[in-house]
Amino acid sequence: MATSGAPPVVPGPLGRRAKRPHRRLVRLSRGDRITLFVMAAVPTLLVLWLVWLPGIASVVLGFFRWEGVGNFDTATWVGLDNYKNILTNYPPFKPAIEHNIIWLVALFLVPTPLGMFLAVLLDKEMRLSRFYQTALFIPVVLSLALVGFMWQLIYSPEQGLLNQITGGHTDWYGDPNINLWAVLVAVCWKQTGYVMLLYLAGLKAVDPTLREAATVDGATETQTFFRIIFPVMRPINVIVLVITFIEALRAFDLVWVINKGRNGLELISALVTQNIVGEASRIGFGSALATIMLAISSVFVAVYVRYALREEDNS
Amino acid sequence: MATYQSEEHYLASLVPPSAAGTQLGRRNFLKGTAGAAAALTLPGLLAACGSDDKSTGTSGAKASGTVTIGSYSSDAVPKKALADVFAAFDAKGTAKTKVNTVDHNTFQEQINNYLQGSPDDVLTWFAGYRMRFFAGQGLAGDISDVWDKIGGDFNDAFKKASTGDDGKQYFVPFYNYPWVLMYRKSLWSERGYQPPKTLDELKTLSATMKKDGLAPIAFADKDGWPAMGTFDILNMRINGYDFHVSLMAGKESWEDAKVRTVFDTWKGLLPDHQPGSLGRTWQEAAQSLVQKKSGMYLLGTFASQQFEGADLQDLDFFAFPEIASEHGTDSIDAPIDGFMMAKKPKNEAAAKALLEYLGSAEAEKIYLKTDPGDVGANKNVDTSGYNAVQKKAAEIIGATNNIAQFLDRDTRPDFASTVMIPALQDFIKNPNDINGLTSSIEKQKKSIFV
Repeated sequence: MATSGAPPVVPGPLGRRAKRPHRRLVRLSRGDRITLFVMAAVPTLLVLWLVWLPGIASVVLGFFRWEGVGNFDTATWVGLDNYKNILTNYPPFKPAIEHNIIWLVALFLVPTPLGMFLAVLLDKEMRLSRFYQTALFIPVVLSLALVGFMWQLIYSPEQGLLNQITGGHTDWYGDPNINLWAVLVAVCWKQTGYVMLLYLAGLKAVDPTLREAATVDGATETQTFFRIIFPVMRPINVIVLVITFIEALRAFDLVWVINKGRNGLELISALVTQNIVGEASRIGFGSALATIMLAISSVFVAVYVRYALREEDNS
Repeated sequence: MATYQSEEHYLASLVPPSAAGTQLGRRNFLKGTAGAAAALTLPGLLAACGSDDKSTGTSGAKASGTVTIGSYSSDAVPKKALADVFAAFDAKGTAKTKVNTVDHNTFQEQINNYLQGSPDDVLTWFAGYRMRFFAGQGLAGDISDVWDKIGGDFNDAFKKASTGDDGKQYFVPFYNYPWVLMYRKSLWSERGYQPPKTLDELKTLSATMKKDGLAPIAFADKDGWPAMGTFDILNMRINGYDFHVSLMAGKESWEDAKVRTVFDTWKGLLPDHQPGSLGRTWQEAAQSLVQKKSGMYLLGTFASQQFEGADLQDLDFFAFPEIASEHGTDSIDAPIDGFMMAKKPKNEAAAKALLEYLGSAEAEKIYLKTDPGDVGANKNVDTSGYNAVQKKAAEIIGATNNIAQFLDRDTRPDFASTVMIPALQDFIKNPNDINGLTSSIEKQKKSIFV
């Protein structure tokens, strides 16, 4: 890379600045400018190449029919046909949207309050809190694929722990009426630790004088939390909100490990993969699905960016 | 779905080979995850990146050096059987073989990117539409000159199955296996069951088995493809082989009363099938047969891999009974597995020497000694070493006029995997809405076959 010539120059300006402390305005040396340029240009190119180009290519490919073999000149323009087919002529699409929504709602209703509750408990500095903290956080470190394997041991219809204990014969991953819920239990188990850690960090950052003031004013523990602590943690709340949306939209690994996102476990991401990565190679159709996913995500990204920028202005 | 041994296998399965090596090592796996992320949004670019030309082949040169083989034979039995064959080729001293084995389902899913990237010189693949598709796209190497040498050893059906739309050969058939109803002799003689000759006899037998506390027909469709075998055989028994071929080619309407009859007949048989099939793999269903929990199982004879020792001796089977008298039992699914050559192999002379060897009766004999469920494609293969299963399989194939390749090998892969798998799984979940199902399949078919 072009930066190889830059490092030796770095001590230069520092040394000069040390000799002339009175001078406020520091002129950048040529080396500095090159360094800065490279530091800005390389990530920009990477982002363009890895994020924007594929993103735009997906959107464009969504208007084509292409079997993914040979050059792009074998693709034919089909306009909105792919979208029309997805909406009217692709049975797995509707369940996929429904499952993504259920996934999102479940992530909001279960791990978010539970994680917050556990964080409040751990924040009390009770005995063994470090141990609990670690135990609850471990699932977060594991990849969802691995989580899938671990829960397979519990859910397996013949040898699984759950059926052994209850003596039942439920096929937790195979029965399309219950497998989504079985998977969500595993997902929530993992997500809780994540939310807990975020809130724990938030709680630690809350100024203790606020609590003292509240106590002096005679507020109860509950009042203190909901009226004072919770509003103060607003940035954490936004982050949790955003990661919940992201997790719900990008959900993929677990259902793919279980049954490739079929039979009750359809998710948009799994449909994209089924159409693009497999032997099928309906590249255009899969790209159109990916574009729909991109459009939905963009809404949340826009909300988050707006919030982040406003925060910056306030500070 | 594949039952992945580890997380790495699973993740690696998502990676297009243009981004990952064929080995599933940690380094490749890390490299691959980055590629997988990009693949979700940018398959075209990756494919384009991978299609750079390698060195050109040296046609006519004397074979030497190393020939690489991409193999999907990841299950223990066929993997060992293939390794024995390659060891025998190595021993001849012509060239050395180097095998890259990839999980079976993974290999299939990656085939598109694999062939456009830098594929191995020789690779395992299937006959039928799936071979012709890649040959037509210019992704397979022409091996007509190999066929000049081995052609005399194969009958016409196999040559036809190895020929692309342009009339050239792109495939060396190695073995095939019939889809039949398998059962355990000991269980059947103990209970006095007889192989049924008609659909009614099959239903009567199933009723008896239910009374005896057995699941009459073992069934598994977690992976999505095994149920295609049931559809195929019912379709061929009711409507005949020719209808199967034109239906798969997209020339018939799925809303045709003929197709509805197939689903309707299947609906009548579904209660005799093992319940909970959508959460079960074929291996588990085969195990239920081994454990005498189910009475019979419709699958390719490769299911015999699940039988060991004395259990294997106890395995017997028969062709699916007649339904319509005009078609009798004149058709069967007996998919052919074999080998293709890459478009531009690094070592073409050695690749062709290997393919010629793989087409020989000697190579097949070595393979079939270890893999008990398949029969040789070469007509001169020495059958004296065949076990009972292989003898009977060869007999059934020999006695059947029309050999089909299997639903997902006889039709477009995108139609088979994105339309037929969900459709058949929906049917198993809810067999009552046949009209809705067939019209949905027909509408989707029209959007794919253009």
